[in-house]
Amino acid sequence: MTAPAELDLPDVDESTDEDRPWVAIVWNDPVNLMSYVTHVLMELFGYPREKATAMMLDVHEKGRAVVSSGTREQMEHDVSRLHAKGLWATLQQD
Amino acid sequence: MRFSRKRLGAVEAKLDRIEAGVLTSIVGDLLELLGDDDETEQDPLAALVGMPSGPVERPADPALARLLPDAYGDDDEAAAEFRRYTQADLRAGKRESATVVLATLAPLLDRGGKVLLDREHQDAWLGCLNDLRLVLGTRLEVTEDTEFDPGSDDPREQALHVYGWLGWLQESLLASMDPGAR
Repeated sequence: MTAPAELDLPDVDESTDEDRPWVAIVWNDPVNLMSYVTHVLMELFGYPREKATAMMLDVHEKGRAVVSSGTREQMEHDVSRLHAKGLWATLQQD
Repeated sequence: MRFSRKRLGAVEAKLDRIEAGVLTSIVGDLLELLGDDDETEQDPLAALVGMPSGPVERPADPALARLLPDAYGDDDEAAAEFRRYTQADLRAGKRESATVVLATLAPLLDRGGKVLLDREHQDAWLGCLNDLRLVLGTRLEVTEDTEFDPGSDDPREQALHVYGWLGWLQESLLASMDPGAR
C-alpha cells in the first residue's frame, strides 16, 4: 500500500464559481444597422423599444453590451438566435 | 425598388426587372458561399443517434466566418464544440431565407412588378438582406466611415453602390414592418 499522495488542490471556491451567471454579449460591427439591432433585440427578447434602443446604443458607443443573462445553456440558446439574425454575439461567464 | 406597408401587416415590395436580376444574382452567390453541410462526411453511427459527427472547423473565408461566427470569444475548445452542435442549423436557416427571397423574385425577373410579403416572408427578406450586407461588407472591409460613393477610380465603386443600396432596402423594409421604429 502506498500512502495517499499529497494533492496540490487549487484554492477555488467552486460553489461561487458555478453560481456566477453567464451572459450573452453583442459586439459592435460596422455593418449591422442600428435600427436592425434594435429590432432584433425587441423581437428575440421581447424588450420594450426604450430598453432595446439603450442596449443598441451601448453596443454602438461602448463596443459591446450584455443583452441577456442566465445559465450557460440559456445563453448558448440566445447566442444561437442572435447568430441566426446576423448579430455578432458571444457568451461568457460574468 | 421599395417596400411599403399594406393592410393587416403585409408589406408590398415593388421592383423592376434589373433590380430583381441583381438581387437574384447576389442571393445565388450567397447560397453558393453558404454551401451545404451535407457535403461533409457523416459518421453513420453518430447520424443514427442524431449526433453531429467530427469536428467542424471555423470557416477560413472571413465572409463565411462572419455569417457563422464563434460563440465563445476566448475559449477555442468551447467554440468548436458549440459549432459542432449548431452550425448545420445556422447554415440551414440562412439557406432557407435566401431560398424564400429567390422564390419571391422569380416571377419578377421578366418585367418586374409588385409582390405582397406576409410576416414570414418579411422576416426571411430582412435576414437575407442582412446576410448579403454582412458578406459584402466583410469583402469590402467597410468601416463605419466608409463612403458609399467613393468616385469612379475606386475599384470597389460598383460593389459599394450595391452595398449602400442593400442598406437602404433593409432600412425601407424595417420601416414598413415596424412603423414605430426611429
